[in-house]
Amino acid sequence: MSWWTPQVTATLIAMIQAVVILLAVVVSGALLSMIERRLLALWQDRYGPNRVGPFGLMQIAADMLKIFFKEDWIPPFADRTFFVLAPAIAMASLLLSFMVIPITPSWGVADLNIGILFFFAMAGINVYAVLFAGWASGNKYALLGALRASAQTLSYEVFMGLALMGIVAMTGSFNMRDIVNAQENLWFIVPQFFGFCTFVIAGIAVTHRHPFDQPEAEQELADGYHIEYSGMKWGMFFVGEYIGIVLISALLVTLFLGGWQGPLLPPIVWFLLKTAFFVILFVLLRAALPRPRYDKVMSFGWKVCLPLTLVNLLVTGAMILLIDPGA
Amino acid sequence: MTAADESLISNAGAAETPAASSADVVAELARQFGDGAVTPQTTLTGMPVIWVPRDRLRDVLVYLRDVSRPFSMLYDLSAVDERLRTHRRGLPPSDFTVFYQLLSVERNADILLKVALAERDLSLPSVSDIFVNANWYEREVFDLFGIDFAGHPHLTRIMMPPTWHGHPLRKDYSARATEFDPYTLTVKGQEVEQEALRFDPEAWGMQRQGEETEFMFLNLGPNHPSAHGAFRIVLQLDGEEVVDCVPDIGYHHRGAEKMAERQSWHSFIPYTDRIDYTGGVMNNLPYVMAVEKLAGITVTDRAKTIRVMMAEMFRINSHLLFLGTYLQDLGAMTPVFFTFTDRQKAYEVIEAITGFRMHPAWYRIGGTAHDLPKGWDKLVQGFVDWMPKRLAEYEKAMMDNAIVRDRTKHVAAFTTQEALDWGVTGPNLRATGLDFDLRKKRPYSGYENFDFEVPTAVNGDAFDRGMMRIEEMRQSVRILQQCVDHMPAGDYKADHPLTTPPPREKMLQHIETLITHFLQVSWGPVLPANESLQMVEATKGINSYYLTSDGSTMSYRTRIRTPSFPHLQQIPAVMRGGFVPDLIAHLGSIDFVMADVDR
Repeated sequence: MSWWTPQVTATLIAMIQAVVILLAVVVSGALLSMIERRLLALWQDRYGPNRVGPFGLMQIAADMLKIFFKEDWIPPFADRTFFVLAPAIAMASLLLSFMVIPITPSWGVADLNIGILFFFAMAGINVYAVLFAGWASGNKYALLGALRASAQTLSYEVFMGLALMGIVAMTGSFNMRDIVNAQENLWFIVPQFFGFCTFVIAGIAVTHRHPFDQPEAEQELADGYHIEYSGMKWGMFFVGEYIGIVLISALLVTLFLGGWQGPLLPPIVWFLLKTAFFVILFVLLRAALPRPRYDKVMSFGWKVCLPLTLVNLLVTGAMILLIDPGA
Repeated sequence: MTAADESLISNAGAAETPAASSADVVAELARQFGDGAVTPQTTLTGMPVIWVPRDRLRDVLVYLRDVSRPFSMLYDLSAVDERLRTHRRGLPPSDFTVFYQLLSVERNADILLKVALAERDLSLPSVSDIFVNANWYEREVFDLFGIDFAGHPHLTRIMMPPTWHGHPLRKDYSARATEFDPYTLTVKGQEVEQEALRFDPEAWGMQRQGEETEFMFLNLGPNHPSAHGAFRIVLQLDGEEVVDCVPDIGYHHRGAEKMAERQSWHSFIPYTDRIDYTGGVMNNLPYVMAVEKLAGITVTDRAKTIRVMMAEMFRINSHLLFLGTYLQDLGAMTPVFFTFTDRQKAYEVIEAITGFRMHPAWYRIGGTAHDLPKGWDKLVQGFVDWMPKRLAEYEKAMMDNAIVRDRTKHVAAFTTQEALDWGVTGPNLRATGLDFDLRKKRPYSGYENFDFEVPTAVNGDAFDRGMMRIEEMRQSVRILQQCVDHMPAGDYKADHPLTTPPPREKMLQHIETLITHFLQVSWGPVLPANESLQMVEATKGINSYYLTSDGSTMSYRTRIRTPSFPHLQQIPAVMRGGFVPDLIAHLGSIDFVMADVDR
């Protein structure tokens, strides 16, 4: 068996890991729809879905059955190609981003030396999903939603990248594993606190979650860019949004909270706990906050967040030079 | 004059305008326009009613609008088909009468102008250039009576679909579905109907293109999460800026005024509950009080106080619904669940007292349906104790929230003068700083005995309109507390032959009352021919019922003036130049339900 080399074993293990992570992410994204409703209900003085299965745990199965068998309708006035393409991009771009996240020292899909940049690229592509959906639907509400989304994304991607440059400067690498390892003594949330704040804000904006859900603002645009979608295509937007939440939470953990690192408990537990913390924070934000006007959101991005990230980067750079002039 | 009549007049005097002031304005008009131009009519409306010739109408309206201490609000405008009326001795001959009710805040008085029209010449000069809010009222009269208003900027149907035939409030228009051919709708018919609803910007004098941009016309509603019912508003958008907008109503029109003409005075009460469907018995109040004026019934103190208590329960209930949905329109999804918890607490009390929840139809001509049940005071006290801390919580968690303030401060603001011009009443008027609350200014049903304040605000913006409701709920809680502490003893129904149904205890003992009971619930009470009107400070503004009795078991004409109708008409005036999210904030802050608009 000369073909069975250690390389083959490594490839097989990597493939299995990738499939497991893919499934875990999709399932957790789907489960989140039920978890979010239960959490919201908890804070809103009510029960939420508690009828299907024990504690309503099977609600997700019921929802999936419904969504799979729902008529997959394409409006006659829609641009078919892009209408179908949009939800695929929405889900795929966020799923692909998961590739660069190191879950434990030994688990992770790809160990890219441009990890952060890859995520930025995917987040950039993700906007096309909203744009295509808004444009191809042939609906004015969808169009307004898409316009809002693109304007908002332009405003927020600018400083989202800059928010992480402080970390890159401190680590000297775009590689996620390097970044996690660099936090062995001190999590980056401490030296990079402003970077953390601005990245959280940008991250919420990227997922179009409340309070930055202007592109779909139910009360204003009656669901915005995905107003014409139904069945599984809508489901892909829906699950895509939850995957976005998991992704941003996982990124925050990796970049600012030391990834899998932590005492006593095994790395995977730490990683999951920290990620769950941010996921719950996402839901809490939705329960607690009203929605600001979208132009205020953008001026907040340009006038507050962008200068803040720039100052943060400048100070970080200055500190690095001060402490270690040779670097 | 019977004792009942005397008490009626003193009642009317106390509830409405001081007599001296009303004589003033009639004399003023007679001096200005000559005796021949104004013909007074005596009614039970509690205000001077004056017939004006058609060619002097505009002059009289301009005069009243500009006189010192002016009648600055066109409070109501509608018509009566007089062709079948039998009791109109001493009145100018008229087939159709159009009436204009003006309200003066300075005088705290009203005046009702009537114009007689002949069937062959149903035309009037439009007054929409004198009072801007006449626009919709004239369209409504055109739609439902077929009266033409010369010079109106856009005289089209407003309640009925554009394809409708006939004018429903005319007496020769059938009221029952069984008198029509069965309704059918073919695919082709559906297409015709839909095409008729397509918005045509040119018809509204709108441009499709600006200097540099092409405008988008966005059809918001009649099914939209923030339209608060079947309400449609077409937006002319430049980006997200609202260049102009056209509200379109009528999707919730049920013809309540027409139904009133074929229900007995008694059996119409449940219909009133459904006018402002969040107001419950608050809707019964102006109706039964107007009927009682016609009948000459003086209601007992206990009945009055019970009515006040239940009306205030429903005011709180309605304001809680407002608060939850208002904040939800601003994107805060949680508060509505909390306000609904409070509403449930309120409903538990309402249910125990009236036996129903949303639409108890609990007031009766001459009193209420039942006496208060045993232990009612503990229930109401429980609610009174529950509310204040909740209100404080809403204020702290939401009204102090920076995003809420940012979304609502200086959004859709209007001044007191603009509010009066557009016929805005209630909390929306008081948010501009004017303390015009009928419960204080023209106390009815014993409100003069209660100690409460009339909250006002300054800016008249969406934020003030929100705060207004929270303050009003606090005051209503105070009123409830006083009801619990000082509920008068006595009967819950007046001892009067027209009290409907008569007190049950008497009905079981006296054959005479038994006969009356039978007649009144089968045939209906017969009220003397006259006209009466009662305004109340309802949940959303001033609601009034203007009843015309022709001496029958049914109303000859029931005009229901609701506050939401003018509030919606005002939207374009305050929204031009705003953004779509501002429009949503404004819609949330108006507090309207479409049933209250369309009737």
